[in-house]
Amino acid sequence: MMRLAVALLVLVAAPLAAQSGMPPAPYAYTQLEDPALEAEATALMYTLRCLKCQSQSIADSDAPMAGDMRHQVRSRLLAGESPDEIRDWLTLRYGDYVSYEPTVSSTTWPLFAIPLLLLALVGFVLLRRLGKRGTDEGKSA
Amino acid sequence: MRPLYLIPLALFLFFAGVAGYQLTQPKQTAIPSQMIEQALPAFQLPPALDGMPGTSRTDFVGGKPKLLNIWASWCVPCIAEAPHLERLKEQGVEIIGVAVRDRPEAVSAFLSRYGNPYTRIGADDISELMLEIGASGVPETYVIDGEGNIRYQHIGDIRAEHVDLLLEKLEEVG
Repeated sequence: MMRLAVALLVLVAAPLAAQSGMPPAPYAYTQLEDPALEAEATALMYTLRCLKCQSQSIADSDAPMAGDMRHQVRSRLLAGESPDEIRDWLTLRYGDYVSYEPTVSSTTWPLFAIPLLLLALVGFVLLRRLGKRGTDEGKSA
Repeated sequence: MRPLYLIPLALFLFFAGVAGYQLTQPKQTAIPSQMIEQALPAFQLPPALDGMPGTSRTDFVGGKPKLLNIWASWCVPCIAEAPHLERLKEQGVEIIGVAVRDRPEAVSAFLSRYGNPYTRIGADDISELMLEIGASGVPETYVIDGEGNIRYQHIGDIRAEHVDLLLEKLEEVG
């Protein structure tokens, strides 16, 4: 009898309520009906940074806040905003930090300029070396 | 050896030095809001529990500067900051709360256990207000001046040493 009671209790036991336990935002895990718009949303979500789990994009993250950000992306696209407008809306609030898309700015321009400079330098040195070798064949060390 | 050959080594030492220096610095994970000195965006949040009003932008326009405290009953540091919010309330500060992803019963249980320093509490179920004002976690506290502009952001829980600082900021923008 006791066993039966315990078995019944186990059967009806509800799992302990999870922390927070709120349902996610409508568009956190639901794709948009229009495949083209959903593709735009996905592309954008992969280039937006999750603020809670700072090394992931919001497309990759399961953090509740990343879900809320996906909801914003999808519902804003649905409302007719462009991906760039949505990115700008977030950048206005969180700075460049929130975007993974590289931009040329007053702090990032060396990242783009240095490789070009190095290439130019290599080209210059190479030309000089090859030129030298052409004129005094055999003397090169 | 020509000094030119030393350039790669110098570059390497420079980057190793920068990396080494950064390793000794504490990790900075807080993301400051870019909305400081901007107008508080329009928003409308329903009440987070029965018996207390929700909140909207209009609650911050006109009157004294106020604190906007973003918290949640499931947030552990929010328990630590509760007594300090209480002290701010005793100093006559109006604190408007926003409960993030929270249930009414959890909110009222938290308030009856740790005190209720709020005049209003809005429910932000899908981080709408958080994203509007550039908040990236709970708790965060904002000083809003009488015209409804965001003037200061405090990231993380308010500790004893932050109470005077917040009072000062409220005084400054008043």
